[in-house]
Amino acid sequence: MLLSVSDLAVARGGVTVLEGMTFGVAAGQALILRGPNGAGKTTLLRTLAGLQPAVAGAVSVPPEAMAYAAHADGIKAVLTVAENLEFWAAVHGTRGIGAALEAMDLVGLRNRRGAHLSAGQKRRLGLARLLVTGRPVWLLDEPTVSLDVASVALFAGVVRGHLAGGGAALIATHVDLGLGEAVVLDLSAFKARAAAGTGAFDEAFG
Amino acid sequence: MFRLLTRDLRLAVRAGGGFGLGLAFFLLVAVLVPLGVGPEGAVLARIAPGILWVGALLACLLSLDRIFALDFEDGSLDLLATSPMPLEGVVAVKSLAHWLVTGVPLVLVSPVLGVLLNLPVQGYGWLVLSLALGTPALSVIGAFGAALTVGVKRGGLLLSLLVLPLYVPTLIFGAEVVKRGAAGLTVGTPVLLLAGITLGAAALLPFASAAALRVNLR
Repeated sequence: MLLSVSDLAVARGGVTVLEGMTFGVAAGQALILRGPNGAGKTTLLRTLAGLQPAVAGAVSVPPEAMAYAAHADGIKAVLTVAENLEFWAAVHGTRGIGAALEAMDLVGLRNRRGAHLSAGQKRRLGLARLLVTGRPVWLLDEPTVSLDVASVALFAGVVRGHLAGGGAALIATHVDLGLGEAVVLDLSAFKARAAAGTGAFDEAFG
Repeated sequence: MFRLLTRDLRLAVRAGGGFGLGLAFFLLVAVLVPLGVGPEGAVLARIAPGILWVGALLACLLSLDRIFALDFEDGSLDLLATSPMPLEGVVAVKSLAHWLVTGVPLVLVSPVLGVLLNLPVQGYGWLVLSLALGTPALSVIGAFGAALTVGVKRGGLLLSLLVLPLYVPTLIFGAEVVKRGAAGLTVGTPVLLLAGITLGAAALLPFASAAALRVNLR
């Protein structure tokens, strides 16, 4: 198991949203997180990424294994596509951004500034960053937002390649990525009892 | 780490604003004060050290909220926090970048502004030295304030209020160095205290800033 979670509970804004989660993700496996808005998908991913502490339970992963891709892509408007990507490659100590540019169909845009990219192109650049991190476990929060059908298929291919290379992915999404082999985890099964009555409140934490 | 520094410097240069604003503010203060106070050389010479230091300090304060807020808004800060770089290192490098972009230009331009304020000749060396020694502390302390207020919308006011009292010791000893230097007195004690403040802040505050960032990223 690349990632294993036991009896995990996570909270957002002081309210426990998910509890009693026990699951594992093996190398080569993708786990699709499903759940309505506010179910705690983002909170779970941020907890796994180490950005916030868990309320209870344990997450066991090899060190430096997680690559997190959130709603915001972390793209600097005044840097070009290549400069943005080279920075993240340097931060993670990997070399060569050519493969990542090619995989997400960004070669023709490499000298374009971040400010001049469309929303979908920014998203593709944000996802290309995952490839240059060189990390095995991808935590993806709605990766297909603002991507067109062709780009979704492109990205599904990239994820498949990552899995074939011994990686793993946790993907929170409402869209069918076409990853037939992926396991679906429905988060509504882990909804915290305390949060059950506060539907209107935790709606804000989608 | 080095790449983060070069990225921040490149961002500051390309986005303009960053260091131009601080420098322009410093210039304005030094130009306007003699006009407001009047052309009496003796009065200007007496207030010059204090005015120059207050001007530099406020110029530094102007750009503090940019240290983390921009990276927070576009999600880079989350990604940096999950990167192999320790967050303490990220804070230290970003403080250094802020100093290079804001503090160093202030140090370099200060002798010219000293002329406008009729600073006595023997004070120029001490002015440059005290700013060179003191402005790193302003950047490091400012980064701590920026880390505390990073999630706050329009946090500039809160940031200024938090940081200003922490700037007071640097201001007192920095201005004291110039005052004594200009009057031809010995400056050993305030220089050492100023250097001590800078070194202490640079050694300890990145840890506090990183802790504040971790809380704010939750």
